Amino acid sequence: MEFLVASAVGILTAGGVYLILRLRAFPVILGLALLSYAVNLFLFSTGRLVVNAAPILNPYGDQPYTDPLPQALVLTAIVISFGMTAVLVMISLGSFFENESDEINLDAEDAAEEGTK
Amino acid sequence: MHWIIAPVILPAMLAPIIAYVMRHDITLARVGSFAGVLGLLGIAIGLFVMASSGETFVYRLGDWPAPFGIVLVLDRLSALMVLLTAILALVVLYHVVATDWDKRGRHFHALYQFQLMGIVGAFLTGDAFNLFVFFEVLLIASYGLMIHAGGKIRLKAGLQYVVMNLAGSTLFLFALGTLYASTGTLNIADMAVKIAQVPVEDAAIVRVAGILLLFVFAVKAALFPVQFWLPATYSNAPAPVAALFAIMTKVGAYAILRIHTIAFGPEAGAIGDMVTAWLIPMAALTLAVGAIGVFGAKRLEHLIAYAVIGSMGTMMLAVAAMTPAAASAAIYYMLNSTLAAAALFLFADIYLSRRGEDGRLILAAPLAQNGLFAAAFFAAGIAMVGMPPLSGFLGKLLILEALADGPHITLAFSAILIGSLVMILGFVRAGSILFWKSVTVAPDPDAEAAPPVTLSQGAGMGALVALLVGLTLFAGPVYDAGAAAADQLFFPQGYIEAVLAPHGEG
Repeated sequence: MEFLVASAVGILTAGGVYLILRLRAFPVILGLALLSYAVNLFLFSTGRLVVNAAPILNPYGDQPYTDPLPQALVLTAIVISFGMTAVLVMISLGSFFENESDEINLDAEDAAEEGTK
Repeated sequence: MHWIIAPVILPAMLAPIIAYVMRHDITLARVGSFAGVLGLLGIAIGLFVMASSGETFVYRLGDWPAPFGIVLVLDRLSALMVLLTAILALVVLYHVVATDWDKRGRHFHALYQFQLMGIVGAFLTGDAFNLFVFFEVLLIASYGLMIHAGGKIRLKAGLQYVVMNLAGSTLFLFALGTLYASTGTLNIADMAVKIAQVPVEDAAIVRVAGILLLFVFAVKAALFPVQFWLPATYSNAPAPVAALFAIMTKVGAYAILRIHTIAFGPEAGAIGDMVTAWLIPMAALTLAVGAIGVFGAKRLEHLIAYAVIGSMGTMMLAVAAMTPAAASAAIYYMLNSTLAAAALFLFADIYLSRRGEDGRLILAAPLAQNGLFAAAFFAAGIAMVGMPPLSGFLGKLLILEALADGPHITLAFSAILIGSLVMILGFVRAGSILFWKSVTVAPDPDAEAAPPVTLSQGAGMGALVALLVGLTLFAGPVYDAGAAAADQLFFPQGYIEAVLAPHGEG
């Protein structure tokens, strides 16, 4: 199972990085989403992988349990990345409608135009 | 004791009220925003006085004991940073209102309060994951402020800024995950205890986490090789917002100063000395990039943005040395460079809004108040590049003195001295094009004369220059306060004991 989770994190990260490097808004947003999935999975596994155990310590301490803290961290990270993606989509839509292109790079044309904003 | 959380709660409560209740009435929103910032300043002064006793105050959220619950920690350094934020926030807010920037888009004041909440929270927190959350709060507000008033290029530059920071946040989470997996804690004080006990054979993973964290904070502090987002962002953001952003690079520097001295500092067993080895070359290259950028800048805003990068390089050279003397110098220099950068951005706002030409550094007819503008640029520029008599010079001198007996003297001295020279040349070039040679250009007879600067519009910039003069005149007491903060930072036992004190005490 460790291998499965580790390779999932690796593949998601690789895909995310590749998409971010495309420098167009839509692939970049997808790439950042993939990266945030990868990091959520990674955070989840930082409490060690335990199967079929509740995140509750039993009073006698004789049953296996899973670390509840990473689950709380993942929950926070999911909420934040969700909100951030929404903001990113709105800003990139605004930029797309203003510039009529979804390129992210500031190119030479922009540099010339920059002063006249 | 509940005052420690007040500077976070106040803007957090005020922002939604401004956003939902006061949004249709700009006057009301301004009054609300001013009340909030004045309140913040009052609380910051109170906290500063409280922290100057040298005690470390801990606020346990929900009264959970330390490694399990989140804590806010107030010591001399965090109190000083909160105070600096409040002062800068007041001046920038005044400038924004005086120049009507807040009318050019919506929700400026609400975003401004959220931005302050994030910055202050990042300075006060004692928990690494909570630091991440406050980083996100200040970033999401800064996205809104960055694209305030809109415009093609600004939106595009804003998009770039958001993408850059989202990637940085992901990296932050990876670093925190690695750190939690290897030490089992996210509380900074507890982390220091755990990392010191890491056996040599397991040190590699903790070291990876430490370098990842360093890299994340370097993105915020705009250190080489991740400084490239700063010029596009700062030069395209509304100028007063860029002035407030001058404190945001310091959030990154503060995080390095806090986490990497306490948890990854020289005493951290197998991990020690790693930070210095990485940070010194990074800082020197940052300074070089900043200096070359200042020299080669084609626009005034780019010139200032690169000057910010250069000043971060200078400051991080001192931080990287990881000695109390160097950190005291860095703290003094940080106060100076924040205020000087903000003064330059406010100057650029006033000046460029009147100069018919844009920010390009080309010859154009002088404005009626050419002498006044030249004097303002001269004063702020002197503070920024570190020429006598203003505080930038004292700051650089202190840094040089602190680094003089260290092992990195050759690199640090050549970087700071050559970098300063190139930056001075860059500023001289810009100043002579904009103010000196421009008097040879005949004004266009058809052009309308730009409205003169009124006292109220120039007062924000003037206040910052006055603060810089004050920083110079009272360099002794200010430096002593910085030195006391640095001493507290480099003897982390007090911090660790205060945070991890058993429940009910402290």
